[in-house]
Amino acid sequence: MRRHHDMGGLDAGPVDPAEHDYTPWEKRVDAIVRLLAGKERRLITLDEHRRAMEDLGPGAYDELSYYERWISAITNILIEKGVISVEELGGKMEAVKARWQEARE
Amino acid sequence: MSARFIVGDRVRVRQAYPPGHVRTPYYVRGKEGVVSRMIAEHPNPEERAYGRDGLPPVPVYRVLFRQNDLWQDYQGPEGDTTELDIQEHWLGPLEEDGE
Amino acid sequence: MSETHSHDDDWPYPHPQQPDIEDGPLTDLMIMTDAVAELLIDKEVFSADDMRRTLEAIDSKSPAEGARMVAHAWLDPDFKARMLEDVNAAAEEMSIDAGTIPILAVENTKDIHNVIVCTLCSCYPKYLLGLPPDWYKSRAYRSRLVREPRAVLKEFGTEIPDDVEVRVHDSTAELRYMILPMRPKGTEDMDEEALAGLVTRDCMIGVTVIDRD
Repeated sequence: MRRHHDMGGLDAGPVDPAEHDYTPWEKRVDAIVRLLAGKERRLITLDEHRRAMEDLGPGAYDELSYYERWISAITNILIEKGVISVEELGGKMEAVKARWQEARE
Repeated sequence: MSARFIVGDRVRVRQAYPPGHVRTPYYVRGKEGVVSRMIAEHPNPEERAYGRDGLPPVPVYRVLFRQNDLWQDYQGPEGDTTELDIQEHWLGPLEEDGE
Repeated sequence: MSETHSHDDDWPYPHPQQPDIEDGPLTDLMIMTDAVAELLIDKEVFSADDMRRTLEAIDSKSPAEGARMVAHAWLDPDFKARMLEDVNAAAEEMSIDAGTIPILAVENTKDIHNVIVCTLCSCYPKYLLGLPPDWYKSRAYRSRLVREPRAVLKEFGTEIPDDVEVRVHDSTAELRYMILPMRPKGTEDMDEEALAGLVTRDCMIGVTVIDRD
């Protein structure tokens, strides 16, 4: 009946006023979404993005950070739309990881 | 599409709980409020969320609710309110619900 | 290790090819983020340059632009009227890019104190004010503001008298909201720049009021 993201009016503890500066990684997620949804491309809509985030399920709110939810949702949409495939994503992730590990050594 | 309500109309939010992507929060469903402002028509986000075009566009209204109508145990003064945007298909006139 | 190392020249970001230190430990979703970005660049959905420009645009936004608009509105009633009608168009008058998502400004008066939230997700006028504070996106703020706004405001040190209506704006659909705060007393001699300096992000969200002792 009531979906997990629809939380207006529920009980919760005090508002934690702590803030963090957005990291470069988080801004990259934001940038990807802006580029895909922007009027030059309109490859996705913000409505689709919201739907995909909601469909990550109740656990996502407790297990994932804000931008982790964002990138999970946007990646799912890109795969659904056939813009990228699971296989090429897996390959690219290996490559990115290898490069980072190399850079750290 | 011409708008069904005008500013000042008393309306009741549909008391419905469909699955899927919905823009009308749970806490206002079935509640009564007053149309406070007309918002331009917009493609229906509940359709666009699934990759459809959401056309024809739907009139969107700002609706003002008394906190005391939203929450039985509201702790603040009588005059406090909440205002939000609601799409026309989520609204009905007050009478329809047997008021 | 995979043999699909991508070409150094295509690296879309101005920084070295390693996780930024402030990103902390490398997570799978951070790896996925860069993998997705690189794939989209490979497929020419957007270019590395588009990415760089977008990151710059994100960094260029801050509450300062909203503050300038508020100060201008305090000094120019005609501008204020236009801003209350259409923030995006009013921003353009001041050469400020407020983006394409319509923003509505709501005015605090001696009778009404306004405050914004998005209970369904985290809608925020970020194309004007920059990225929102963490608490704005938190479960506590999103859950409680609509039901006990005065208690939440008190946690921010804001007490609204009982004869002032507290009006919560839930950004659920197509619009984004910002608050046009009240100009504090005793500022009659201040110029626009000094006035803008009084306007904080939090008072444009509505969790605080401008307090000048």
